[in-house]
Amino acid sequence: MRHPTSPASGHSATSSGEPPAAPPRRPGRPARRRTGRTATGLTAGLAAGLLLAAAAACGGGTTSGGGSGSSKTLTYWASNQGADIAADQRVLKPELAKFEKRTGIKVRLEVVPWTDLLNRILAATTSGQGPDVLNIGNTWSASLQATGGLMPFDAKAMGEIGGAQRFVPAALASAGAKGKDPAAVPLYSTAYGLYYNKKMFADAKLDPPKTWQEMVDDGHKLTKGGVHGIAIEGASIPENVHAAFNIGQMYGADFFTPDGKPQFATSQAVAAIKSYLGLLGIEKIAAAGNAEYSANQSINDFATRKAAMLMWQTTTSGFTNLGMKPGEWGVVPIPAPSPAPPGGRPITSMVGGINLAVFKSTGNRDGALEFVKFMTGDDEQKILNKAYGSLPPVTAAQNDPAFDTPDTRVFKGILAGHAAPLPQVPSESQFETAVGTAMKELFADAAAGRPITDDKIRSKLEAAQQQMAE
Amino acid sequence: MTSAHVSSGSGVSSGANVSSGTAREGRAGGPRHGRPPASRNRPRSRFRLPPRLLPYLLLAPAVVAELIVHVVPIAVGIWMSFRELTLFYIRDWAKAPGKGFGNYRVAVDFDAAIGKDLLTSFLVTAGVTVLAVGLSWLLGTAAAILMQDRFRGRGLLRAAFLIPYALPVYAAVMTWGFLFQRDTGMVNHVLADQLHLTGGDRPFWLIGGNGFWALVTVIVWRSWPFAFLVLMAGLQNVPRDLYEASALDGAGVWRQVRHITLPALRPINQVLVLVLFLWTFNDFNTPFVLFGKAPPTGGDLISLHIYRASFLTWNFGTGSAMSVLLLLFLLLVTAVYLIATSRRRSAHA
Repeated sequence: MRHPTSPASGHSATSSGEPPAAPPRRPGRPARRRTGRTATGLTAGLAAGLLLAAAAACGGGTTSGGGSGSSKTLTYWASNQGADIAADQRVLKPELAKFEKRTGIKVRLEVVPWTDLLNRILAATTSGQGPDVLNIGNTWSASLQATGGLMPFDAKAMGEIGGAQRFVPAALASAGAKGKDPAAVPLYSTAYGLYYNKKMFADAKLDPPKTWQEMVDDGHKLTKGGVHGIAIEGASIPENVHAAFNIGQMYGADFFTPDGKPQFATSQAVAAIKSYLGLLGIEKIAAAGNAEYSANQSINDFATRKAAMLMWQTTTSGFTNLGMKPGEWGVVPIPAPSPAPPGGRPITSMVGGINLAVFKSTGNRDGALEFVKFMTGDDEQKILNKAYGSLPPVTAAQNDPAFDTPDTRVFKGILAGHAAPLPQVPSESQFETAVGTAMKELFADAAAGRPITDDKIRSKLEAAQQQMAE
Repeated sequence: MTSAHVSSGSGVSSGANVSSGTAREGRAGGPRHGRPPASRNRPRSRFRLPPRLLPYLLLAPAVVAELIVHVVPIAVGIWMSFRELTLFYIRDWAKAPGKGFGNYRVAVDFDAAIGKDLLTSFLVTAGVTVLAVGLSWLLGTAAAILMQDRFRGRGLLRAAFLIPYALPVYAAVMTWGFLFQRDTGMVNHVLADQLHLTGGDRPFWLIGGNGFWALVTVIVWRSWPFAFLVLMAGLQNVPRDLYEASALDGAGVWRQVRHITLPALRPINQVLVLVLFLWTFNDFNTPFVLFGKAPPTGGDLISLHIYRASFLTWNFGTGSAMSVLLLLFLLLVTAVYLIATSRRRSAHA
């Protein structure tokens, strides 16, 4: 599973044609003077063309998709959950065929890469031309809810799909702002854990760490030669901000006030972020080069035994695709500092995952809800979450033996009592971008050997917060 | 066919010639312009356009296209810059509340974070542009002059020089991204492992301060072939006898370059430098593909910065205001540049 919950989880290396703001590479048709006596006319024409095109680039995104008006078809945008788009199509196509057979409704599937998904949704919201049903990263829920582009799951709609009580409460809590009807329903659930390489731990006669300090100590013992204790995705905005949240919870950090105002630079947040940066900058149990990682190189380092530990969201295929065999790794909750800092919470992970939403401009509300009901039904939940290595957010589906492996038992425990949703406020996606970017810059500083101080972290967080001031 | 038809036809055949075309047509119009001689027995269509309108009609598709592609988006962009177009309003964006000059005030408030970042990005962009345009021009000129004389393999070399310009941007810049990786990249392999220039250290190129130099390198690599191509074409027009004559008078290569080649290339350089400037200043693809959505400060070109300010924070009003400011700045620079260079040239002439 790739970064299932983040607006910016794409990385430059794979991003393909982003629609907006690309400046022109060629001038428009130059207006030509009849005689061509001087170059000035030509120049002016070129310049005008370029400037016009440049200004045009500030327009909105592209229009795409197109809700189907007919009651017999639906357009569904799926997020990219598998190793690639084709893998998703292999998983989803048979299920959609099942749905068509059952209801007579044909579902047109489009798997949208993470790099494009949020921009596509924004464009669809602006134009009203979009899919009928779509996947969203669950952390976007409140932001997208605020745009009014998604159909709220009020009591009636919720009743039509089987009722809110079917879902794991923590997962449903990450489907929209508190006190409002959910903007979506949970589809796949994940949580963060600390993955460790069993053989490397056994060779060093170590047990998996239970406290933050044990993790650091183990890391030191495992760091030698080309091997490091832990791998970190230091240039990835979503991974950074997720770590800030997970560890922030242990320190009692709140990035938003109860009434939704940003407050990034609290002393708790500074302490949490410092301990995370310190793995690379102070303890040096992560390689300096990790500060540049944003294309899942840290999974690669873990799977190829260049690092012994990795904080990551629930995954199986992420490792097996890179040659690891199930059983070679183990997972424990991300260890918390001990004794717990004042105000710290017994939370070790965000509630990660994917939500399923209905686009408000759909011309086929009933069919869309029918499809949501199908996808969140017990049978489909088992099939789909098994295929993707995630956990079903539907309580009844969790009882399947497939979700009773050592890994999933750990994650079920985390999600049941030690996970909290990222702040469900409209400006959540800005928060991810601002804080994730600030941490990327701090990692760059740390990797260059400059000291990490509380003041530096605080001022970066303050600057990040000011960008939100609007 | 009457003369009016002929003249109007030639008038539109070369876009900007319309004025002369219509003028002539005006003269040709009037009572003289009736039915064709009766010897033509093919029936005319019932409806006849006033000949005055024809050129405009023929131009209309281009005008409509221009409106749709350029003018309307600009107008919308300018409109957006005066609105509070945040995520709360994008669904019904026509109803976004007005904000007066609020977005502009935020953009140019250099004491606050948003304005300060915009200013930094502007200065970085100016620095990158000056360096990249200067180096591209220098390399292009040098290569064009060196390739002027015939020698074995000249065609091959010329073609090779043009490869960076011909490659798709994304593929090329992604490759540079791999080259610049700290641990596995070719650049550090050569600098640190082979040449030992970095004192045992492996510098970062894609994060931190070196991002500036990585970006300049890639932009120069991408744009100097264009300079080379244009200047090479320009050099074809410099008469060879000038060189021969000057050689007889005892001028060396350097003197020839200074007193024959460069003055002859002047009009071309005027356009070339302006185009390179605008392309580099507006460059979005290169930093975006190289650094992703969170570039280091030294690689935060202004187009990418504006994209981040609007698309990643969903604040399209502020982003539009920044775009409009950028547009005004580029218009100003272009106007000043054209006036200055044209005046200087007429003074020379």
